[in-house]
Amino acid sequence: MDADRPLIDRRPEPKSAGPMTAEPMSAGSRLGRIALVAVPALFLGYFFVYPVISITIRGLTVDGSIHLGVVWDVLRNPTLQRIAWFTLWQATVSTLLTVVIAMPAAWAFARFDFRGKRLLKAVTLIPFVLPTLVVGTAFLALVGPRGATGVDLTGTVWIILIAHVFYNYAIVVRGVGAYWERIDPAIEQAARTLGASPATVLRTITLPLLRPAIASTSALVFLFSFTSFGVVLLLGDLTYTTIEVEIWRQATAFLRLDIASTLAVLQLIGVGVVLILYGRYQRRTAVAFRHDVARPPKPTTRREKALVSSILASMIAIIGIPIGVLVWKSFVEPSGGLGFGNYSSLASLPAQSAAFVDPIEAIANSLRFAAIASLIALFIGVVASAALTYSSRRVSSVFDTFVMLPLGTSAVTIGFGFLVALDWPIDLRASLILIPIAHALVAIPFVVRTTTPTLGSIQAQLQDAAATLGASPWRAWWSVEFPLVGRAILVGGAFAFAISMGEFGATAFIARPGSPTMPIAIFKLLGRPGGSPFGAALSMSVILMMVTAAAIVIIDSIRPDQRGEL
Amino acid sequence: MTKTAKNRRKATGLIVAVVGMMLVAAACSSESKPDEVVLLTHESFAVSDGVFDEFTGQTGITVVQRTGGDAGTMLNQAVLTKDNPIADVIYGVDNTFISRAIDNDLFISHRAAGIDNVSELLLVAGDLATPIDYGDVCVNYHIAGMKSRGVPIPDNLDDLVDPTYKDLLVVEDPATSSPGLAFLMATIATYPEGADYDWRAYWTDLFANGVSVTSDWSEAYYTQFSQSGGDRPLVVSYASSPPAEMLDSELTEAPTGVMTEGCFRQIEYAGILKGTKHESNAAALIDFLLSPAFQNDIPLNMFVYPANSRATLPQVYADYTVFPDAPVIMDPHTIDANRERWITEWTQIARS
Repeated sequence: MDADRPLIDRRPEPKSAGPMTAEPMSAGSRLGRIALVAVPALFLGYFFVYPVISITIRGLTVDGSIHLGVVWDVLRNPTLQRIAWFTLWQATVSTLLTVVIAMPAAWAFARFDFRGKRLLKAVTLIPFVLPTLVVGTAFLALVGPRGATGVDLTGTVWIILIAHVFYNYAIVVRGVGAYWERIDPAIEQAARTLGASPATVLRTITLPLLRPAIASTSALVFLFSFTSFGVVLLLGDLTYTTIEVEIWRQATAFLRLDIASTLAVLQLIGVGVVLILYGRYQRRTAVAFRHDVARPPKPTTRREKALVSSILASMIAIIGIPIGVLVWKSFVEPSGGLGFGNYSSLASLPAQSAAFVDPIEAIANSLRFAAIASLIALFIGVVASAALTYSSRRVSSVFDTFVMLPLGTSAVTIGFGFLVALDWPIDLRASLILIPIAHALVAIPFVVRTTTPTLGSIQAQLQDAAATLGASPWRAWWSVEFPLVGRAILVGGAFAFAISMGEFGATAFIARPGSPTMPIAIFKLLGRPGGSPFGAALSMSVILMMVTAAAIVIIDSIRPDQRGEL
Repeated sequence: MTKTAKNRRKATGLIVAVVGMMLVAAACSSESKPDEVVLLTHESFAVSDGVFDEFTGQTGITVVQRTGGDAGTMLNQAVLTKDNPIADVIYGVDNTFISRAIDNDLFISHRAAGIDNVSELLLVAGDLATPIDYGDVCVNYHIAGMKSRGVPIPDNLDDLVDPTYKDLLVVEDPATSSPGLAFLMATIATYPEGADYDWRAYWTDLFANGVSVTSDWSEAYYTQFSQSGGDRPLVVSYASSPPAEMLDSELTEAPTGVMTEGCFRQIEYAGILKGTKHESNAAALIDFLLSPAFQNDIPLNMFVYPANSRATLPQVYADYTVFPDAPVIMDPHTIDANRERWITEWTQIARS
């Protein structure tokens, strides 16, 4: 393996020559490292571990004592075994499909410049914020009975897999792309000059170089598909169920908290095993990174042009067509004609009935929660990334898995966990701050996943050089590493923002009627019969898309790497 | 040395930042005040602006609203926080869940003012829980869709297994949807267990006749019902759906109608949560929920009927819906004792 990758400079173990050793091991740096681990550990400890353990104990407690018999019953139940198996294999297949389908687009975004790039990149994140039912109507219009394509995929597993690719495409395109654009194309060009075929370059250079980013993003896609809820509930008919859906069914339809808790623990164990396996696979590698990312060139040769445009065309087919169907439907008025009727009814409906949410207020609430959630996720996530990069290998491998766990935990578990646990030491259960915190729990893994590979790949020499010049590690971090990882951090920030904008479950669980978000408003509109509410729900979805895309374009245009050159 | 001190300061700074964040969180948390009452509802709860102002004007008590997810999730919230309740009053526990709430000893008994104006049929929980509203889950038909297929409007559940109605009906999964569960109950009451032709046989026939199942009401109504562009003109919905269709539209004739047999009555209750520190406030709020001021506001916000017979229904209701003659009303204990088994058996029939 190693012989295949002569260009990868495997970074020595941090103990012997890690970046922190640039500074002799002083009490200060040890304390600094402890603080780096302590901050995210305290946050996750209080807002994740403590609630999850509390609700699990509570769920398994019957008449004052813990009963573990139910665990055995669950393990032996053939229906639940079937559900567990389906959850695992659909998540694996969804992840493989997403990576394979999204990689060309990641390449095109990393290596070329073209008109509308920033907008297209923002568009990839739109699926993140769309309510499942709204996406479902678009999918059914395409591949449902009487769908536009003539292919009816309802009731098959394909419609679930395609929906997962649609939702997770952005994770690979943006996550791998941000890493890819920092790899110097000169490496690949040198190999080509030396006579390697494009396939050989891809196999022996590009893919090994990208491995940390691919491993990182596919772990996220896997966790998202593993805990898939809305898509499976909507498109899975009665045949396909994930553990996540079953936990919710057991808890809310049967009020069987014992079974729900058992399933939640089993789900968490499954996620933990997968994460540990992935951690073994992913080794830290240091890449010859470019420290200044020049604007990539426009495609020049005819072949390049053809390749890039066909990649973009396939991207538009996957992301653009379902979104286009929604936009188009939002202009179809209840009477059947085309126009802005659905948008104007959005403004007039609230006046007629208080069941509806003032759209402006919903937009403002959504933006407010998303901003706070992103800041929390960025703060905790970047500190956690630094902790992962600078602590000893043993600590970092445990911590790595731990940081990812919230993404693999059922929303029902976290929600109920908040309720039973967070009245101590002060009663936070009624506090609105829990909404952005719940969103941040899901978003932190994204910030960590996008930041860590880049941070881990920055050559230790840079830090050493800064230290030699007399900079403290903090100063070296701020002036050397931060500008370099800034892009990666912002990629995580954009995900955090989009996750929060689209989040429904936790918000509905905690929100008060006075603080509705856009997804809550859409849910309310969809809960009422009639052409006008449905049209208003579609137009609200389109507004949600546009507000999100606009915010992402702004986040994407921040370039921390162009701040103060060293 | 100075560097070390600096690092130590930075480390302390980070920890202070986190503690600070928790303090901000604490500041955002609302400690309950003596002149407040916290009302926990499910996510479909809706009320006109200012309705609770009237209550505050009469009593000096402010209503703080909390939403607790769907009805099942909300009840779980109440059960899980029994020792330190998150609200004083819970509203929206329906008759399929009420007996679970009572068995969990959630409520303080209160005889609401105005309870004498509530039909005996709704009073299943004694004074522990007060009925506030009810709705009938019935099969709805899309008039134009039935006409274009040349099929007569079905009269009852028997008709739905007739080949005339093959592939025309969409229902919701009783395991994930409350109208779905209500419709299953209606079939169980109509084709009771122990009869020659029981509900299992009925559903086997219904599936053979091409019934479609969705996970929730919105999906059934908005993706499969032909009134919304789908291809099925029959859907399990509410008796109040036709007036709701009319409310915001420019139509002059109702596009949909209601099959008045085979309906199931859902009754929603409110109760005072045990452990409340504001019992008298909570009692006053329950009385208010049953008073005309609140009851008159119910139909156009939540599209269900007010429990108080003195409340007035808006004109759209009189114009566009019919009261089912004899909706199924089932004993909550029977529902609670059998719910899990019924749903499991139904799922087996559906999957085979």
